[in-house]
Amino acid sequence: MKPTVASGITLASVFALIVFSGLAVSRLGNAQTDERVVKITARKFTYEPSEIELKLGEPVVLELTSKDVLHGFNIPDLGLRTDVEPGETARVRLVPQKAGTFEFHCDNFCGLDHEDMSATIIVK
Amino acid sequence: MTSINRRDFLKLAGLGGVVFASGLGCSAARDGILADRSAAEDFYFVQISDTHWGFSGPEANPDAVGTLPKAVAAVNALKVQPDFIVFTGDLTHTTEDPKERRKRLGEFKEIVSGLKVRNLRFMPGEHDGSLDQSKAFQEFFGATHYTFDHKGVHFIALDNVSDPRARLGAPQLQWLGEDLGKQSPNTRVVVLTHRPLFDLYPQWDWTTADGSDAIKILLQHPNVTVFYGHIHQEHHHMTGHIAHHAAKSLIFPLPPAGSQPKRTAVPWNPAEPYKGLGFREIEAAVNRQYALSEFPVVRS
Repeated sequence: MKPTVASGITLASVFALIVFSGLAVSRLGNAQTDERVVKITARKFTYEPSEIELKLGEPVVLELTSKDVLHGFNIPDLGLRTDVEPGETARVRLVPQKAGTFEFHCDNFCGLDHEDMSATIIVK
Repeated sequence: MTSINRRDFLKLAGLGGVVFASGLGCSAARDGILADRSAAEDFYFVQISDTHWGFSGPEANPDAVGTLPKAVAAVNALKVQPDFIVFTGDLTHTTEDPKERRKRLGEFKEIVSGLKVRNLRFMPGEHDGSLDQSKAFQEFFGATHYTFDHKGVHFIALDNVSDPRARLGAPQLQWLGEDLGKQSPNTRVVVLTHRPLFDLYPQWDWTTADGSDAIKILLQHPNVTVFYGHIHQEHHHMTGHIAHHAAKSLIFPLPPAGSQPKRTAVPWNPAEPYKGLGFREIEAAVNRQYALSEFPVVRS
């Protein structure tokens, strides 16, 4: 099952449940209260934080916002992506089932150093 | 010039290596080039890609302002001039200043106006068009997706950069399907575009978000070959019976997909200046597979 993209969603709330070993995706209305929330800010040409540590099996919601222009959030290794639009929040729910380092990058061309805009998720 | 003469000329002149696309599994030979083609004639064209006019980075190319003019001179020096030249995107290096973007596009257009060949076909790359949906590009070069026919071959230029999400989009895909549906199964189709239509290496953005939809449409036609740029190196790949050929850049080479952690330019080597840069000739001979010849910017 492929994740669904956020393009054109005015509420800009995309929730993806990822089981790294099987990649299941679902849309959810709201984050669960027991889920850890990690806020990620995108701006030309970085993500802050640039390194995110997650625990194996721990449900987490990534909340992505943009401080300037349209950015993207893409983890090709997991087949997951979403738009990150200014003024809106994109949410991605993960339940990591596999340890390792997963790079994500901006896949919406955003300017001169767009090609350097990437960060990593480390699952321990 | 006949195809045999043309090929003999290439061999005699020692110009680059001639690669016959059948060795790459090109569909042309397999899928009925031998069919009746009363309108077909032999010809060849040149592909130039990723010139990135306006780029500045001495470590990657200390002759950024000289490389494109040298390539123009190299093409003009060809003994037999091509029928036309295609530019498969990233004519200019990106800038967020709309005035500067237009300045670079204008300078680029002025430089390539020095080519002897007057039949030039342009496509945008993401550096030209993704920040303004190719508005400036269209002011200088017109439409971003279009078709033309030449001596029995149907050419389709696709735009997978004007949407910064790297999508062709539903309207263009519909247009592609309708255009292809009008072609005879015996017609050779050549697709020109900037990004790879297949997932070459999405980790480095070497993909088109809805490229698989385009390939699904193209697979319905028995005779399709794709020429593209974006990855700054020669690369050949098959999706079903469709051959995809990436061209070198004229600014700096990039490393092979996934060969290093980051997609950084291959540093300039003073001992081998302009190494990895170049342009390509494509010979489209009737009843034969395409022959690709890679040419350097300057002779060593």
